[in-house]
Amino acid sequence: MIIVGIDIGSRSIKSVVLKDGVLEATTCIETTYEPKEQIRQLLSGLQYDCLVATGYGRYLVRDDFGAEVITEIKAHALGVRYFFPEARTILDIGGQDTKAIALSPEGTVVRFEMNDRCAAGTGRFLEVMARALGVEIAGLADLALASSEAAPISSLCTVFAESEVIGLISRGQRREIIAKGIILSIAKRSTALLKRVGLQAPVVFTGGVALNKALVETLERLLNLSLWVPREPQITGALGAALSVWNTRAGLGSRCSPRAANPEEP
Amino acid sequence: MGYESLWQKLGLDLEAHEGLLNGLGKVYEQVFLAQKNRPQAMEYFDQVVGSIHGARVEELFKAKEESRLVVGTFCVFVPEEIVWAVNGICVGLCAGAEVGFEQAEELLPRNLCALIKAFFGFKLARVCPYVEICDFLVGETTCDGKKKAYEIFNSLKKTYVMHVPQKKDEESLKLWLNEVRRFKEEIERASGREISVAELKEAIELINRRREALNRLNELRRADPPPISGLDTLLINQIAFYDDPVRFTTKVNELCSELEERVKKGQGVCPKGTPRIIVSGCPMAIPNWKIPYIIESAGAVIVGEESCVGRRNTRNLVEVSSSTVDGLVENIANRYMGIDCAIFTPNVERAENLKEMVSELSAQGVVHYSLKFCDPYTIEVHHMDNAVSSLVPTLRIETDYSQEDMEQLRTRIEAFLELLK
Repeated sequence: MIIVGIDIGSRSIKSVVLKDGVLEATTCIETTYEPKEQIRQLLSGLQYDCLVATGYGRYLVRDDFGAEVITEIKAHALGVRYFFPEARTILDIGGQDTKAIALSPEGTVVRFEMNDRCAAGTGRFLEVMARALGVEIAGLADLALASSEAAPISSLCTVFAESEVIGLISRGQRREIIAKGIILSIAKRSTALLKRVGLQAPVVFTGGVALNKALVETLERLLNLSLWVPREPQITGALGAALSVWNTRAGLGSRCSPRAANPEEP
Repeated sequence: MGYESLWQKLGLDLEAHEGLLNGLGKVYEQVFLAQKNRPQAMEYFDQVVGSIHGARVEELFKAKEESRLVVGTFCVFVPEEIVWAVNGICVGLCAGAEVGFEQAEELLPRNLCALIKAFFGFKLARVCPYVEICDFLVGETTCDGKKKAYEIFNSLKKTYVMHVPQKKDEESLKLWLNEVRRFKEEIERASGREISVAELKEAIELINRRREALNRLNELRRADPPPISGLDTLLINQIAFYDDPVRFTTKVNELCSELEERVKKGQGVCPKGTPRIIVSGCPMAIPNWKIPYIIESAGAVIVGEESCVGRRNTRNLVEVSSSTVDGLVENIANRYMGIDCAIFTPNVERAENLKEMVSELSAQGVVHYSLKFCDPYTIEVHHMDNAVSSLVPTLRIETDYSQEDMEQLRTRIEAFLELLK
């Protein structure tokens, strides 16, 4: 049974091919302003028995491509436990939101918290700050790693924090110190979110922002534990979407019937 | 229709008003009329909303021609029995939509609860016939936002403010009793009539009957499957604030009889076993249906509203066992002091009441709903969550009247419902 899981986020679309419960292939492309076209291209060369979607664009894939849908909370839980069966807490930082998810020893979601509608402490925040410092997103981590000192960034709002950064630049503060401050502000915010769900080790860090080595290092220091980061941290949502069907249908020989699966949906 | 001349007389901005009603009609269709298995008796309430600024406003207009007093309120703390006792009319005012916010923000800070901005907005945009038709408004000190905003609002429309105390000790009760007495004097002065024992008793019974009917409706939701949706029940609770109480009570009781039949036959608004949710927290004024709509369209059913527009408004009745006006006034003051509003410190009854609702209604999850910038309720979520999170999963939501966070909220609510399975 071949299942394609697809996770439509604000910045990128991730997909996986799951063959008989084993991860076969992954892709990650930009969402752009035409996600439907992007999805069409992504799916055009694929043969599959079942399509499952998660992420903010999940209903788009359901309505236009006949996918089943699950929320990204459940998807991340399933995807993370594929790589780390002992995981108890997940921190996922994506393009526009941050989630902390507490898992039971068996892997079911016990509690979760998400940031509100603003983009503070998300991938988008890092993009804005990197631009203000004149570097690429990867360059921001390099700058931060090069400094032992962190500038104070107190604003929780992306727009205000950007003004703060610009203020620091105009006062002649070194970029490395500002970059370190930016990373520290995200790390503190994420730590608070993790504590609200009742942090338990092992903690897995996923989402595109988990690729930022400076943030991983800072979080590990604040939490006083080592974070587990999957090799491709962006794809756990898409993988979990695919696994949700595999786990319930494997061996049953049942095919997908996406519309019947969610008759109440608007 | 044919209410334009009425609206014109009240000085409404007819064009903006028409836009508002058209928008409301579309939302109502999508949120309410699209529901499946609705009770037949909802037809009356659909009509009331269908003519939301028409039929009832016309009734109020006639009442004014008969020199009856019409008083507008925003809060369950205003002892409306006293208004009804002088043959007056009490109406809850429009405060549930993002209307006239730009104008409101010329007078108020941006970072303020949507409910306060909305009642300014409706007035400033001249789209609420109720606020225009009222002789005056009655405010109360149930939050700092409203308290200070009434000072400004008073220049737009005469607003009498009642001092609600913030503790529940003896001294506070005395203060409140005096406030209720002063309110009675104010209403007597405004209406030009003195309240008799018989009149006050009758008014108390009138409002008690309305509360009893709503309590009967709430009781019926204990059934699995519940015979009525949370959206429809919320709507009925919202309508309770401005409809004629005699007719409203009759219609709610008719609905309850139909629902009793449904329960007997095991019929529900959703399949047996549908996840049962209680929404707890801030009031939801018409047409604030965002959260219940998301919850119920995601496949759960709301079985209780721990809210001013819900159980907080109906829980306690006023005792009629007194043969003097002052005795009855005291009974009224006692009843209102029992309200578990988050303005009180401490507010221990509220957590107990929520626990009781969770167990009586066999709820499987609680959604804490707060309006952004509503300090009393947003802070009190801490205690409320401690009280119930060991019993059922809980979800905290802070939002306002805008629609832009619909998808984020949908994701969180759907993920919460996945937890309950």
